[in-house]
Amino acid sequence: MNGNKDAAGGTRAKYSPASGIARLIGAFSAGARRYRIEWWILVAGIAIVLFIAIMTAFPGFFTHYDPNDQNAGPQLTAPTLAHPFGTDNLQRDVAARVVYGAQTILGVAFAAALLSAIVGIPLGLISGFAGNWLDKLLSLVMDSVYSFPGLILAISFAAMLGPGVVNITLAVSVVYIPTYFRLVRGQTLQIKQELYVEAAGAIGARRSTILAKYVFPNVIATVVVVFSLNIADAIMTEAALSYIGLGLPAGVPDWGMDLSMGKKFLPSGVWWMITYPGLMIMILALGFTMLGEGLSEILNPRLQEY
Amino acid sequence: MPETAAASILEIDELSIAYPISIGTVRAVDRLSLSVRKGEVLGIVGESGCGKSTLGLSILKLLKAPGRITSGEIRFKGRDGIERDILAMGERELLSLRGRDIAMIFQSPLTSLDPLMSVRKHFIETMRAHESGISEKEAVARAGDILVDLGIDRSRLDEFPYQLSGGMRQRIMIGLGLILNPEILLADEPTTALDVIVEAGFTELLLKLKRQYDLTVLLISHNLGLVAEIADRIAVMYGGRLVELAPVGDIFDSPLHPYTRGLMDCVPNILLDQKELLAMPGSPPDLVDQGPGCPFAPRCPKAMEVCSSKDPALLERPGSGGLARSVACWLYEGEA
Amino acid sequence: MRRILRYVAGRLLLTIPMIFVLVSLIFVILRIMPGDPVSVMLGEHALPEYLAQKKHELGLDKPIAAQYLDYLGQLAKGDLGKSMNTEERVGPVILEKLPATLELTFFGLAVCLAIGIPLGVRAARRRRSGQDFGIRLYANVVYCIPVFWMGLMLQLIFSLWFGVFPIAGRTGSRVIVSDFDVTGLYVIDTLMHGDLEALGDVLWHLALPAITLGVTLSGIFVRLTRANMLDALKADYVLASRARGIAEGKVVYGHALKNALIPIVTMLGLQFSALLAGAILTETTFSWPGMGRLLLERIYNRDYPVIQGVIIIYALIVSVVSLIVDLLYAIIDPRVKL
Repeated sequence: MNGNKDAAGGTRAKYSPASGIARLIGAFSAGARRYRIEWWILVAGIAIVLFIAIMTAFPGFFTHYDPNDQNAGPQLTAPTLAHPFGTDNLQRDVAARVVYGAQTILGVAFAAALLSAIVGIPLGLISGFAGNWLDKLLSLVMDSVYSFPGLILAISFAAMLGPGVVNITLAVSVVYIPTYFRLVRGQTLQIKQELYVEAAGAIGARRSTILAKYVFPNVIATVVVVFSLNIADAIMTEAALSYIGLGLPAGVPDWGMDLSMGKKFLPSGVWWMITYPGLMIMILALGFTMLGEGLSEILNPRLQEY
Repeated sequence: MPETAAASILEIDELSIAYPISIGTVRAVDRLSLSVRKGEVLGIVGESGCGKSTLGLSILKLLKAPGRITSGEIRFKGRDGIERDILAMGERELLSLRGRDIAMIFQSPLTSLDPLMSVRKHFIETMRAHESGISEKEAVARAGDILVDLGIDRSRLDEFPYQLSGGMRQRIMIGLGLILNPEILLADEPTTALDVIVEAGFTELLLKLKRQYDLTVLLISHNLGLVAEIADRIAVMYGGRLVELAPVGDIFDSPLHPYTRGLMDCVPNILLDQKELLAMPGSPPDLVDQGPGCPFAPRCPKAMEVCSSKDPALLERPGSGGLARSVACWLYEGEA
Repeated sequence: MRRILRYVAGRLLLTIPMIFVLVSLIFVILRIMPGDPVSVMLGEHALPEYLAQKKHELGLDKPIAAQYLDYLGQLAKGDLGKSMNTEERVGPVILEKLPATLELTFFGLAVCLAIGIPLGVRAARRRRSGQDFGIRLYANVVYCIPVFWMGLMLQLIFSLWFGVFPIAGRTGSRVIVSDFDVTGLYVIDTLMHGDLEALGDVLWHLALPAITLGVTLSGIFVRLTRANMLDALKADYVLASRARGIAEGKVVYGHALKNALIPIVTMLGLQFSALLAGAILTETTFSWPGMGRLLLERIYNRDYPVIQGVIIIYALIVSVVSLIVDLLYAIIDPRVKL
């Protein structure tokens, strides 16, 4: 990440919100002109995310069945016009469960990512800035958690906390705290050495001021990218947890849980219960991944590979 | 060296190389024609971006996309007497040509050797690529011999690149280039990455090897001083074109092209009482979609109107010692 | 040789802090959280006296700090404790399930690399071509496929519809495991025993789970290989090799790829954690009798010692793999000194 090497120690950070948005728009139209493939990826990502967001906000648009209605149709029927994704063993409409399930999975993933960021970023800032025993201790803890298979930790936490939306959100968020911590700490360490931060300290700015005014804004761009990719990952983790059965109570429509239910009927040839929820998980995760990668290209364009 | 005795070993004929980029086409080399005589040391000089390195790479057809050779021929006449166009060669022929008939050494000895392979492995690999039946024992023996020629102890064969100094690595590169007894040695900025003391030893070494292996040497460099020490003739490039070609003495004593003259003037002379360092005004040409005319015209102190509208042709002129020289400049058009 | 041993010992010692952190984390949270194993064991309607008695037996009525210190002391002696549910010693219980997970993970990794690296090399060699974009698309899409969904779809297509592979389990009904079981790694066991039919059966059962695991994680290696190969192919020694008339194949695989492998091998360590995580989900989907399923079973029962033991073993595996990776690194790259 480049710092802003203004002559007299710099007074404006490079990524203020206004300039950030301006750059985004500028890069967007430049990309549009060139029709580069990375630009298309970003567009695809935005399209998917937008579509799912609409589906989350206006489920009624997409289906008129209630996902928990156990009388929606006959049991275990393959897709028909009336039930485009078929019905499950409890006579519920699968399409409805898919549509409403989006709310669940998106809500949990988003909240978990947010929570991880809220905890991880400040810790990373403090740790990177302080640099003493605190830094070493925090780094040890974070590295241990980071190098350990995240899902196993999430499983342990989810199991211990018990079912419930809040609990599963907590369980998922714990896994990603080190990601933000490491990212922000690394950036902080780098920026700390930049001249303009030294200059600010020399004129007597308080450390918290330095953190807020100089370090933080430069880190934000990378954080946004990581956030998007984080959501994609959190979606997969949440689905995995509910697939295992550690997730949510029965009343909440959830793709992962539907998959685990569908699994039982797979040997009898019931393919529609697993195909659609799984497909949706993949599409949603892809959307956020493409969004994150596209943003990354715009904010930190890689040099042309010639 | 009397002209009639030396035959031409490499002929570059109207070579043009272009790089298409997003804003246009860069003409890195523009209709360049050059004849290399057997047994000579030909220096190719010019500033960064003049196309000399691109030229060097194209001789072995090592140019990578998006660079493209758009026209011209490079004819090589080796020991077998048959003249072939390198640019028309197929993959198999090229693999045989590279390293065996024409060898190339590069600028950065630091990174030109595979860090994961020992020196002996480098030699064995090179030899096996051309003489597949060679035994390891023989290969190692020959490698050892050439190292000794280069002033390196045989024991160094088992070491890895990171254990060697820059100068040693460069000598190993030369060794790898000469191990198969090529006819032409192409050296692209061989001393740029080395310090001056090592550089001084390099020219001595090169001359010795040239005699020992009966080489023709093409020395590409932006360092006039280095080239002056060992070259027989010097070719000056600017903006992708050949602007002057002459025996080394003529270049320094009586440069014809204004650019060459400018280069001579720029070199500080320790014997003169210079108050100021001379430099050429202006900046290197923008090679994208060059217009007609001489590329040096914008900076030339002797520029005329015709210089910006029509390309100057390469004119022959008499040089010292009865040798020929050529220059591409409107100043000399019309002189008999 | 001695230096290598000292290095290994030093590294293993370093894993202690990591395990310490993880175990402490799990230990504390296990005990703080609601729901207690005794009720699970004896049932909700058991009399309070029995509950209290059982609690005392298991040492669960002591203050957490005391329990913690007890456990640490126990660990120091190499004792993982006894399962709360079944009274078996934790060590053997885990050891029984460990080989299944190891075998699955190993073959998953093999598939992953067999797909990922060649595709990455190809994408790098033909960058910005249709193949390159196709391969990159594959990598990105595959990364987003949930492992368990991939498993389910493979079961659907290849077990159910085409009937080519078995739907679950490690061995078929015609194979008697006890005939050859020595290490628990069936591929090795059947080979050692010389039983080729059993080997075939074992591999046949390994196929879908390994492919599931391998394919979903191959995306990361495709991207990694591609990026590192692009860098390696730009290197000066590549150009210098070509200039000496070395054939293109040797240049790409013998020089560029070997150098590119170094950062890839480094990533292998981290990715192994992802493999282990994916293995749990794969075990669930394919009814694979490994540590993942063990963990899940015992989690429901709040069998603390087993849960803690499993976590420790996972941490140990991660550390050992990381150690192997570093040793590999030192072998490949002569510049690295241990």
